[in-house]
Amino acid sequence: MIDFETPKPIVMMNNALETVAVNMMRPVSRQFDENEHEIPWDYINFMHMAMVQTGAGSLAPKKKPEQDGEEVEKRPPIGYQRLACMLEMLSWGDVGLYLCTPGGGLGAAAVEAAGTQEQKEKFLARFSGKNPTFGAMAMTEPQAGSDTSAIRATAVLDPVTNEWVINGEKIFVTAGHKSLIDSDGFVVVWASIDPSAGRAGMRGFVVEAGTPGVSVTKLEQKMGIRASDTVSIVLQDARVPFENMLGSTEIVKKETARGFKKAMATFDATRPLVAATAVGVARAALEFLKEKLEQNGIKIRYGLPHQKLTSIERDYIDMEVMLRSAWLLVLKAVWMADNRIPNSKEASMSKVRAGDIVTRITQQAVEMMGPLGYSREFLLEKWFRDAKIADIYEGTGQINRLIVARQILGYTGKELR
Amino acid sequence: MFSFEPTEEQKMLVETIHRYSAGDLRSSAHAAEEEGQFTTEVINKGWELGYLQASIPEDLGGFGERSLLTGVLVAEELAWGDLAGALNVQAPGLFVIPIYLGGTESQKVEHIPQVIEEDWKTYTSALIEPSFDFDPLDLRTSAVETDGYYVLNGDKTYVPFADRAEGMVVYAKLNDQTQGFILPKGTQGLHVGERVKLMGINGFPLYSVNLNQVRVPAEMRIGGWSGHGFSAILDSSRVAMAAMAVGLSRAAFEYSRDYAREREVFGVKVAQKQAIAFMLAEMATEIEAIRLLVWEAAWMIDNSKENASKQAYLALSGATDLAMMVTDRAVQILGGYGYIREYPVELWMRNGRGIAMLSGLVLV
Repeated sequence: MIDFETPKPIVMMNNALETVAVNMMRPVSRQFDENEHEIPWDYINFMHMAMVQTGAGSLAPKKKPEQDGEEVEKRPPIGYQRLACMLEMLSWGDVGLYLCTPGGGLGAAAVEAAGTQEQKEKFLARFSGKNPTFGAMAMTEPQAGSDTSAIRATAVLDPVTNEWVINGEKIFVTAGHKSLIDSDGFVVVWASIDPSAGRAGMRGFVVEAGTPGVSVTKLEQKMGIRASDTVSIVLQDARVPFENMLGSTEIVKKETARGFKKAMATFDATRPLVAATAVGVARAALEFLKEKLEQNGIKIRYGLPHQKLTSIERDYIDMEVMLRSAWLLVLKAVWMADNRIPNSKEASMSKVRAGDIVTRITQQAVEMMGPLGYSREFLLEKWFRDAKIADIYEGTGQINRLIVARQILGYTGKELR
Repeated sequence: MFSFEPTEEQKMLVETIHRYSAGDLRSSAHAAEEEGQFTTEVINKGWELGYLQASIPEDLGGFGERSLLTGVLVAEELAWGDLAGALNVQAPGLFVIPIYLGGTESQKVEHIPQVIEEDWKTYTSALIEPSFDFDPLDLRTSAVETDGYYVLNGDKTYVPFADRAEGMVVYAKLNDQTQGFILPKGTQGLHVGERVKLMGINGFPLYSVNLNQVRVPAEMRIGGWSGHGFSAILDSSRVAMAAMAVGLSRAAFEYSRDYAREREVFGVKVAQKQAIAFMLAEMATEIEAIRLLVWEAAWMIDNSKENASKQAYLALSGATDLAMMVTDRAVQILGGYGYIREYPVELWMRNGRGIAMLSGLVLV
């Protein structure tokens, strides 16, 4: 039955997270925006403690223990729905700080998606340990962003030591510094075991903090999400154990594209979650706008025909439509993930839309607020800057349009480039 | 719990409606548009599927329970077939639903069963007025109480089947409120004017109506002396039209998608060109998003949630823009052929522009 009732556990979680956002994020938003390379340890330590206690955290919800091969589940699963709501609320607080939330992040998500049971146990335990620990994903290279087939990092097996020797340069690694230097975390590095095989030769390698040959070479200065560290990593004959290659350890054949496909499967799950963060930022901007308008005696008169609305009311109503419909699309995508319904199309749709609306809403809100919108006295201008990345990372709006188009047209990557 | 899965009953109903839409509506839509009407046979076939009866309780001649969520699923599927066809089939609801929502018990018993227990008959309502800033909450048609009667004066337009309707609910402003009045066929002072010609939906006969000192007894005011609330009717009209906009948009999207997959250009299919592929991706995404907005509004109304009326208004606002964007792009994707009346997309675009001003022509 079609139902929009927010499950009670999520309502309770939202209330708690809103308190976190209001008390721990907003008051320090400006500070960490202006001091890009400072680390928000207060927030990090608090969230680590809270999440170890509640079990929340990685970008992949914990699966229920299985019994006799069947999942014992009396109530419908809501793991991804919970995560989406959590990310939306934290991003409403401050998306840059949200990206500093300890936990496995995309790195753990990759392990969840592509790792064996042993690998999951070995690598994921650290995120619920004593210290806040971070995980990251390193895919992009200076010459390879949307075109992942242009990745040049290589991994060659040393049969004597049974180690992978990795060489390459990765850029734009979110939380790379926190994963490799500020904690005992890891970065999942995507490299090729057979460059001639193209994407089929790509694998994910868990590169733990302290691995020799790995250096963080650059901390980027960014337009927004400045609380989050974005780094370049150089791997020069970096050696990792054989078992650190994600996926089954016996398969080293180039024909199996499974490794890469699994990375892409990660994105089906994380794409709507990133869309959720965009919705949070957009909601912050819209609520700020409404508040300021009301302070100036302007109320939105819903129900009137468009011809009787002021321009401000008209714009606001359009923005509210954009926001709510984008959120519902995210909700549907994560509901499908929770219910094991294939959701590639909806996942990409949610990212297309969220990236689009957060850009338009924040841009319009700043414009509508005139000199106040442009001023650093208020957080609105920061949210405008934070918003833009949402349409770029985790698959640009254009790539996601391509994915949606292929889905609705029934085309392969070759048929629609 | 969140859920986006219709019930089995809803799925079956939608499937039944879909067969009617794909078969009867689609095959008669073009002729109806050119000739100005559907046959009673085609309309009755849709009527017999029982969507309205399914939302009226047994003691009034129906067999179901009112659910706007089911109503929007039905409305989308009918409009996917043809918007004018859908409006024809659903016209009796314009008379029945306001009386069901706001009428006294005796009014419901007197007026509802005769409409829904029989074949499709022409029953209608008159709401829209001929001014650029028409506002259902600020009507120019007036009702003044005099000696136990209400006297109605004003001009209405876009009134379905006014020339032959068995009964008509007319809305007028009484003490700053929009109120409905039940007018039987042949009411004194009610003058049916010319058939109005519109940009689209030519298969749906609409007329202008003038009310000149029309005397309506108190028992014919919906709700009697105490009157009735209008917001439930307004909410219903908004989600109904919004759902139809989604159906119309879906039709245009599917047709242009299929065309683009067949048509060849520069050695490949048109759909293999990014400009076109991206247009289609955005159309599909927007349809998904706005549909969910409509569902949420319907669900909120069904469950008496706070701010349900606001959501209905937002849903229609989004659906209006959706229909214009998608149907316009569908014509664009068909290129020159999109401009030719032999192909359905230009009709869908003419209908698509109408969503903004046709609210009030259907209820669920």
